[in-house]
Amino acid sequence: MLSIKDLRAKVGEKEILKGLSLDVKPGEVHAIMGPNGSGKSTLGHVLAGREGYEVSSGSVDFHGKNLLDMECEERAREGLFLAFQYPVEIPGVSNMEFLKTSVDAVREHRGLEAIDSVQFMKLAREKCKAVNLDAQFLKRGVNEGFSGGEKKRNELMQMMLLEPSLCVMDETDSGLDIDALQVVADGVNAMRSPERSFILVTHYQRLLTYIQPDYVHVLSGGRIIKSGDRSLALELEEKGYGWITQEVA
Amino acid sequence: MTAFSQHAAALQPETRLTWLDALNQRGREHWKVTPFPTRKTENWKYTSLQSLENGEYLRWPQPTQLAEVTQPEIIPGLDACTLVFINGVYSEELSSEQWPEGLSCVRFSEANADQQQAILAKLGTIAETESHLFAALNDAWLREGVFVHVAANAVLKQPVYIHHISTAQAQSFSVNQRLLIHVETSAEATVVEHYSSSADVQNSFANALTEVQLDANARLTHYQLHLEEEHALHIGGVHVNLDRDATFNSFMMSLGSILQRSDVVVNHRGEGAHCGIQGIYLPHNKHLVDFHTSIEHRVPNCTTHEVFRGIIGDSGKAVFNGRIHIHPDAQKTVADLSNKNLLTSHDAEIDTKPELEIYADDVKCSHGATIAQLDEKALYYLQSRGVDRQRAEIMLSFGFINELLEQIPHTAVRDYLTPRVSALFVKKFDRQREGRAA
Repeated sequence: MLSIKDLRAKVGEKEILKGLSLDVKPGEVHAIMGPNGSGKSTLGHVLAGREGYEVSSGSVDFHGKNLLDMECEERAREGLFLAFQYPVEIPGVSNMEFLKTSVDAVREHRGLEAIDSVQFMKLAREKCKAVNLDAQFLKRGVNEGFSGGEKKRNELMQMMLLEPSLCVMDETDSGLDIDALQVVADGVNAMRSPERSFILVTHYQRLLTYIQPDYVHVLSGGRIIKSGDRSLALELEEKGYGWITQEVA
Repeated sequence: MTAFSQHAAALQPETRLTWLDALNQRGREHWKVTPFPTRKTENWKYTSLQSLENGEYLRWPQPTQLAEVTQPEIIPGLDACTLVFINGVYSEELSSEQWPEGLSCVRFSEANADQQQAILAKLGTIAETESHLFAALNDAWLREGVFVHVAANAVLKQPVYIHHISTAQAQSFSVNQRLLIHVETSAEATVVEHYSSSADVQNSFANALTEVQLDANARLTHYQLHLEEEHALHIGGVHVNLDRDATFNSFMMSLGSILQRSDVVVNHRGEGAHCGIQGIYLPHNKHLVDFHTSIEHRVPNCTTHEVFRGIIGDSGKAVFNGRIHIHPDAQKTVADLSNKNLLTSHDAEIDTKPELEIYADDVKCSHGATIAQLDEKALYYLQSRGVDRQRAEIMLSFGFINELLEQIPHTAVRDYLTPRVSALFVKKFDRQREGRAA
């Protein structure tokens, strides 16, 4: 589904990703861990196609297409979803309007008709309930005045509505209390399917006890320096990142 | 000297009302002695009157048949006491004649002797015609207007809706519009001023003046909506006197036209008065919208809350000059002024100047102006959800304005304006899309 080969990318003059390779097959859950400044968030934005994140070499193949050739919005329509670490507040644009515009854009791309407003309202309310957000949030400005946890649950709701094939979740667990973490984890687990893959970017092992990954990778200095299964996350929790960076060096 | 400045005062009202003679005369005199604004006139520095000088507006309109006004655009669901004027002439067919208790709406041309007295007691006393040239011209040209009077303690549920429609005629012309509002002690009212036009290319110049007197503890919710077709020329003023504990809340909007200038002056004359003004301007194409506001805090313990937002697109231009003047006696004033602008094209222009002049030492005041482009982070966020760039730009632009629309207290007005603003952005989106396809 996703194949990243020797990816190098810079933000401004600074090279952040320095030859990153990663293969994700349908249905797999990959966790990417690593110290601060290792390039975790950059990877998410490069995949999503953020302006100013410049790829200097390497390739990214997504469902057999060259992801790097696509505009940001095309990538979303092709089934890539980035859950933001810091979701953006947009006052004046209602969450409902935002969600519908977004869902319609993706549907149009898939050759489907725009969804009927009444039907969509019903669907959005259902998803609100699933992520434990009051339906009042649909009327408010996008993320406007939402708490950290509410923003993350709003991200999850968007993910549920857009039904992407690849979900990249950038530190979705940061700033969440245990209850909210459980809600997010339940939501993700409910979305797991043989066709849908996840990349979970996280600092902490904690999330991975709720969402069990198939693979754990350590990102450091812009490259994946070690990969393993779940036990690697537990080892990292215990020993920190120091030993790996030394081992690799 | 141009034809307009030279001869405007000589254009007499079509039919005189003798009881307005003195006012007509005073207006002509003030017009004649006041230099016509040029680029060197501070208050007109960024606004050229060239389009006014270029057209031949020194003529009154021909009588208009109602049939020419196809489907007058009214605000549905407003449930108001309605007065409609077409090219300055009252339309009985489109207006309502029933007023609730406590309200009277009198046209100057119909005023009886008592009403004339009541009108003359206030008319021309609120706007300073020495410093507002076009207010002087309004006096000079005055023969028709509306006097809205709300009796003490009356709380009006129904808004008063004054709708000016302009149509295109074979020859260009001028229209003089005048409104006097007097809300007596502890009374409450809403007045909606709506300026619209038929869809044809307009060739008229409207000179409008509104004077408002709020007595002690009176409350007025006021709207001034400039939704004319883009070739309309409009110069206008709103001048307000606030007595003790009076509250004036106004919402002003201009969609933009060739020349659109509004002078807003609010005088805090009694302690405890409050003034809230929210404004939106959306010039595009080659429009020019100019808001000059001036809030005079003359006495202690008054408050002002003023917010203007604008989006300027294409080769449009906006001018915003917001002045708050705290006189030496006006201790404990709380005043804030904010002006935010979005420029959506390289050729768009905004000249903004928030001015705070403070001569009292115990006050709380703030002011600020920003000029920005759309937030890249928010655009990225929308795009990352599959929304294309241009659509995202439209959504953000609309959101920026919608923040103020959401605060409009009357649902009918809000529901009327929101799709119009939205359509304006969508139209732009379609133009860009066509441009891309071509």
